Amino acid sequence: MRNTCLDMVHELARRDPRPVFIGSDLSPGLLGAMKTEMPERYFMEGIAEANIVGMAAGLAMDGYMPFVNTIATFLTRRCFEQVAVDLCLHDLPVRLIANGGGLVYAPLGPTHLAIEDMAIMRALPNMTVVAVCDAPEMIRLMDQTLDWPKPIYIRLGKGGDPVVSRAENGFRIGKAIPLRGCRAPGGVALMATGVMTAPCLAAAELLARDGVDASVLHVHTVKPLDDEAVLDHARPARLVVTVEEGIAIGGFGSAVTDLVVGRLGRAMPAMLRLALPDAFPTKYGVQGDHLELFGLTPPQIAESILQALARDETPACS
Amino acid sequence: MGLDRGFGPRPSADTDALDERSRQLRRLIVRGLAGGGRGHIGSSLSLVEILRVLYDEVLRVRPDEPDWPARDRMILSKGHGCLALYAVLADKGFIPIETLDGFCRKESILGGHPEARKIPGVEASTGALGHGLSIGVGMALAARMQRRDSRIYVVLGDGEIDEGSVWEAAMCAGKHRLARLTAIIDYNKLQSAGPTREIQDLEPLLDKWRAFNFAAAEVDGHDVEGLRRLFRRLPLADDRPTAVICHTVKGKGVFFAENDPNWHHKAKIEADLVTRLYAALE
Repeated sequence: MRNTCLDMVHELARRDPRPVFIGSDLSPGLLGAMKTEMPERYFMEGIAEANIVGMAAGLAMDGYMPFVNTIATFLTRRCFEQVAVDLCLHDLPVRLIANGGGLVYAPLGPTHLAIEDMAIMRALPNMTVVAVCDAPEMIRLMDQTLDWPKPIYIRLGKGGDPVVSRAENGFRIGKAIPLRGCRAPGGVALMATGVMTAPCLAAAELLARDGVDASVLHVHTVKPLDDEAVLDHARPARLVVTVEEGIAIGGFGSAVTDLVVGRLGRAMPAMLRLALPDAFPTKYGVQGDHLELFGLTPPQIAESILQALARDETPACS
Repeated sequence: MGLDRGFGPRPSADTDALDERSRQLRRLIVRGLAGGGRGHIGSSLSLVEILRVLYDEVLRVRPDEPDWPARDRMILSKGHGCLALYAVLADKGFIPIETLDGFCRKESILGGHPEARKIPGVEASTGALGHGLSIGVGMALAARMQRRDSRIYVVLGDGEIDEGSVWEAAMCAGKHRLARLTAIIDYNKLQSAGPTREIQDLEPLLDKWRAFNFAAAEVDGHDVEGLRRLFRRLPLADDRPTAVICHTVKGKGVFFAENDPNWHHKAKIEADLVTRLYAALE
């Protein structure tokens, strides 16, 4: 996904005079072909996130479309004020390409885990927040960035993610994609963003074996949220389940909950939010270890749903 | 100029030394201050001659076409000094003079910190300190890529350059040899809490900028002739960015406010104080 994304920066720069690339001390040779072909539009800067975001703003104010790339935590926590003021207040078409969203950097510890990135980026006015599910969908997203006039936070997965998106579904920023439907009302409405869509599809298969009818809505754009798709999906459901690789506070599940509570009121279905707890992870290992630790593998997702359905009373939001 | 290391050319403390134009611009500052009943007056008064000379004689801008693509860019990175910028923008015709009366009021375009999307002639919204120089770096790179002869001037406060992001930007500007970029430091020696020498000493300030690959010079920031002579020489080098350290007096022009950190910002300004301020500037 990362390589696809960066290759697309080069491709977009060939097509359009606006894109420029700004990296912060990334791998040697990264985007070497772009650097060779158009060196004036390739900037590999030092470890200075605040500066590169401000620099990107200055470039965007004078007509460029900077794609800024570094590790997700540094691109969100380190320079939050620059992102808020320089990019969002000015509403500039800068793209933040965030390596290692969620738990990708599990072996590197909590300094490198981007677990609240979606929450804090989502809180910023004018910001668009996108997490695609696989490399082909990344191509479709990047194609659209040329026509999107606002700042975008693009969360990257680990790479080698299973391909679950389909070209025939198309792609529009801000439009969620139904990947699996329910046979009848009263089923489970699964909603996921980023690379959690694939395990949700697998969980839906497992649930089907247990006779539970589950749909899957892939919400690649967390902000602006596709209100109508989420509500259309939630209304007929017995249980709405949100699944995300990030903390529950303020993230994707919060966005869906806020919408459903606000718009459906007493008609809202039961809700289950599967996310990370309000804590810095204390383990190392790899991403998969952490997903298992936090109950986000397909069998665990399915099991949590079965437990929620089995409760006598309406499940509370978890 | 006899340079006393750490202090540079001593700015004149003599209010009478200010000519009528400098006093008139300061009266516009007071007009804005009176309109809002508040404002960073000390921080604005130290800036007046810097902005005056820039707008009168250096910047290639068009008040009737503020977005003219070939214009020079001036970013007031110390956004809290905006009353001085508003006074100059009003004087130059970017905004009507009477706009000053609405300073900080609910429907006004003039807030306590300047916003680019609201005010003609304001290039960047500033107020959170330490942002302007990075934006200026981006603008200078854009001008270079577009082969446009725009110059970029970023005016920073002395307290502001405590921010690490300023030095990130300075390193980057030096690396890219951005001769189009000039950083101008309003060195009034007083930050909000007290003297910069006590709160966060900046010396040796000229050496710092030179160490970051800037061509650097210092000047009395209230000496209009001195500023003219120096600004006409910009950029000081054709292979590096420039830094100009302007030695100034916080509260300059209002004798009872000069060099007093209590005048960094004033709120609840009553009519009698406005009268005293105007009287001091006659």
